[in-house]
Amino acid sequence: MMQWETVIGLEVHVQLATRSKIFSGASTAFGAEPNSQACAVDLGLPGVLPVLNESAVAMAVQFGLGIDAEIPEVSIFDRKNYFYPDLPKGYQTSQMYHPIVGPGEVEITLDDGETKRIRVHHAHLEEDAGKSLHEDFHGMTGVDLNRAGTPLLEIVSEPDMRSAKEAAAYLKAIHSIVTYLGISDGNMAEGSMRCDVNVSVRPKGQEAFGTRAEIKNVNSFRFVERAIAFEVERQVELLEDGGKVVQETRLYDPDADETRSMRTKEEANDYRYFPCPDLLPVVLDDAYVDHLRTSLPELPAEKRARFQGELGLSAYDAGVLSATRAMADFFEGVKDVCGDAKLAANWVQGEFAGRLNKEGLEIASSPVSATQLGELVARVKDETINGKAAKQVFAALWDGEGDSADAIIEARGLKQVTDTGAIEAMIDQVIADSPVQIAQYRDAEPDKRGKMIGYFVGQVMKASRGTANPQQVNGLLKEKLDALC
Amino acid sequence: MHDMTLTELARALEAGEFTSRQLTESLLARVERLDGDLNSFISVTAEQALAAADAADAARGRGEAGPLTGLPLALKDIFCTQDVRTSCGSKMLDNFVAPYDAHVVEKLKTAGTVSLGKTNMDEFAMGSSNENSYYGPVKNPWDLSAVPGGSSGGSAAAVAAGLVPAALGTDTGGSIRQPAAFCGITGLKPTYGRVSRYGMVAYASSLDQAGPMARTAEDCALLLSAIAGHDLRDSTSVARGVPDYRAELGASLSGLKIGLPKEYFGDGLDPAVESAIREAVKVYESLGATVQEVSLPHTHHAIPAYYVIAPAEASSNLSRYDGVRFGHRCDAPKDLEDLYKRSRAEGFGDEVKRRILIGTHTLSEGFFDAYYKKAQQVRRLIRQDFMDAFEQVDVLMGPSTPTPAFDLGANKDPVSMYLQDIYTIAINLAGIPGISVPAGAVNGRPVGLQILGPHFAESQLLNVAHQFQQVTDWHQQRPAFGKENA
Amino acid sequence: MALEPQDVQRAAHLARLGLDETDADRYVDDLTRILEMADQLQAVDTDGVAPLAHPLDATQRLRADEVTETDQRERFQRNAPAVENGLYLVPRVVE
Repeated sequence: MMQWETVIGLEVHVQLATRSKIFSGASTAFGAEPNSQACAVDLGLPGVLPVLNESAVAMAVQFGLGIDAEIPEVSIFDRKNYFYPDLPKGYQTSQMYHPIVGPGEVEITLDDGETKRIRVHHAHLEEDAGKSLHEDFHGMTGVDLNRAGTPLLEIVSEPDMRSAKEAAAYLKAIHSIVTYLGISDGNMAEGSMRCDVNVSVRPKGQEAFGTRAEIKNVNSFRFVERAIAFEVERQVELLEDGGKVVQETRLYDPDADETRSMRTKEEANDYRYFPCPDLLPVVLDDAYVDHLRTSLPELPAEKRARFQGELGLSAYDAGVLSATRAMADFFEGVKDVCGDAKLAANWVQGEFAGRLNKEGLEIASSPVSATQLGELVARVKDETINGKAAKQVFAALWDGEGDSADAIIEARGLKQVTDTGAIEAMIDQVIADSPVQIAQYRDAEPDKRGKMIGYFVGQVMKASRGTANPQQVNGLLKEKLDALC
Repeated sequence: MHDMTLTELARALEAGEFTSRQLTESLLARVERLDGDLNSFISVTAEQALAAADAADAARGRGEAGPLTGLPLALKDIFCTQDVRTSCGSKMLDNFVAPYDAHVVEKLKTAGTVSLGKTNMDEFAMGSSNENSYYGPVKNPWDLSAVPGGSSGGSAAAVAAGLVPAALGTDTGGSIRQPAAFCGITGLKPTYGRVSRYGMVAYASSLDQAGPMARTAEDCALLLSAIAGHDLRDSTSVARGVPDYRAELGASLSGLKIGLPKEYFGDGLDPAVESAIREAVKVYESLGATVQEVSLPHTHHAIPAYYVIAPAEASSNLSRYDGVRFGHRCDAPKDLEDLYKRSRAEGFGDEVKRRILIGTHTLSEGFFDAYYKKAQQVRRLIRQDFMDAFEQVDVLMGPSTPTPAFDLGANKDPVSMYLQDIYTIAINLAGIPGISVPAGAVNGRPVGLQILGPHFAESQLLNVAHQFQQVTDWHQQRPAFGKENA
Repeated sequence: MALEPQDVQRAAHLARLGLDETDADRYVDDLTRILEMADQLQAVDTDGVAPLAHPLDATQRLRADEVTETDQRERFQRNAPAVENGLYLVPRVVE
């Protein structure tokens, strides 16, 4: 029985979060009226010329630095020539031979905790095309060029991945890096991050690669895994039946969970790449690159290590809390205010994440700020309130009942009662009010009494409207009850 | 008025001899009367011209006139002019009304000039005779059976015939200098990057430059000062100060070192043209210049290099003409392929199609290295030839063209047409500036002297040209055409 | 190097230029002669010579990342052959 090895390479297109287009001053804002953000340059009108956006360059270089890549001193823009309605100039300005980012690598962590280094072949800048809308305009297609000219960073990996899981992990790592750097919102559903997957199989032990198929525009981590799974099975079956894998472009259909050939009647396109004569060589000197290097934010791997090392979090917690920049920043915000990393970690991963998930919100839309949560956790830490009250306060904060934990604690009178005298007084009252239960307690076997304390504790908590410190109540209650026996 | 240079007109307007309005009306009437025979204009913008003239007169009245206020000119139909048809001499853009002004058009408007309209040209600037226009050929005012040269044939003819005192042209392989030579006027191609290309419809991006065409070097200097300068919208435009290009016109030529490239005086040069050029060189010697022979060894490789690089760039630049967002669209396209293929087949003329095909072919897989890459390597050698020559001499001189203007229809064969460009074409590959000045006539058809300088040496070139025009009168000759109609 | 009609057809297809057979034949001769002229370049020794893409040795200027363009759709679409609801219309594209 033949053993097959899967070989995967990924090409990830990341839309860079610049304000304006890569070659023009039109806005890149999402959701505008069709063609209202397509200026003369984007439309490819006669006589227009491109001018390069410095932010796109900076973001590309930052990505390169983030994956320890070479940043060549000179990079060149080339024209990729082909005809399509969403490509107004009849060519896409890209970088074929001298990309802005050279070879680098990304570390991925697999489920079992093992790490692997995936090599990145290069990353280059290019302009995005517009959009074609096929809803009927009486049999025509409508073209919206708002997106034309949005800067893309295309990140090309080496075919180093050997399983769907590795591919998904790599994609997540890329997503993490670009969101961390703030160079993209990485929203796959909205198309700001797109993935083309190259899959081939070969008999285990064979050095030569098999023929690969390219699955275009897979737009979620899960779909990447599913598409690869289907494709590998398809190719293996084909080869085991004596067939050959055709080098072709395929599409993944998530509803049918299968990949299908994109039936185009043309032979492979000859893009006739040549250096764009309207753009000059981009030269980046050491000073520029060094400046970007010093202003790089801490990247996911470093953060994870610091959370574990300095802050003492578990590997699991460190991983969850450093998964996205938003999460890491939020967590650190909470920790900075309350001064306790572990408590902060519990609260952020627990109550906070839970509520976010329940309402399907992103951290950015959270009604509770890191400071507010931090203040709440601080009150738990200093025992101003007990755990149960804290949950109430959190809910109240979320629902907008008050501006701060302290305000709500005050308004609802949730301050934990720790005064021994006060608690004793409450206990005495409860005892006085519960003659039947006291009698039962006294009459019970000593080893059965433990279970009956719950009733009294409950009564004391009720009397204190949940604010009595439970540990103190338990301790004092036990003392007093025992004294009665 | 129509015989006066821009400089003379500026003085006259300043002196109040006539108004800009009067001048404009007079020239518009002349265009109306005479251009039917010449066909130098594609669009005459009379209304806008008169409005601009009135505004100029008003500005002068307020004491706000500048050196170009109220001066009339024409613009090659390759420059986008807002709300005015911009056709590039092509059916493809016959219906295209530009939504914006080219950078140079903006500058000329701000300077207060009065544009009479858009001049005829070889389609998409591809041609050396202005016989490739959708709007019909342009005639040479010196001899209506001759071509005016191309691709800026309309601009050259309009100036030569006194329809306008000056015009803007563009030059990719000689398209200002060659028609200037054929039409007996002065035409300058500035250093690549000196003038912004924003709004100038692209033919070959690394070769194209806009430049002035007028009766004298002095006029060209006036115009160049107005249109030159850095434009943030053109990445290839150079951030370099713009001097007053008239400042050094009067400098003495004593000690000027002139180089005569031996390759420019060989086979194919009409002996009568050579004679005129050698006479011109003698004039320079009398002004104190010294002359020596130099060599530009790769001269003959410039034509094949150009006819690989220019069509390659053009084939890509012209892909945007697809019938989707503007320009010609075929009737009832069956599908997308049909839309593209038929719109482009109908919209483009033969020469444009030839160049698109050649350009596409030489960029194709399997041919790229042998053609495109090779041509660019040769390009570097060509540039080096000039840089080496300028180590020895200040300027180079030679004939602008191998023959005077040829007859309409004489050069049916594309390759023999390409060979016309032998003296002008290398200049664009190297990016250096060049000027053509009237220097003689053969059988009534003008001959042009070409003067070349190193990058950004426009001041010197204009000075060298101007001094020649102080002691000769070729630039003051006028064709019989249009003479009797004053 | 001589061109075959299919070379011309292929170039025409890549350039989306509709050419019928008579056109193609006509161009084959012209284009062959142009290419023969271009072949003269082979005679030049270019060993170790870097290609020159731009005549001046200049480098690319970077533009500040600012939105400077406003919505001029109405003006730009005056030249459009077919527009509906702000979209450019083309014959249906099947993907």
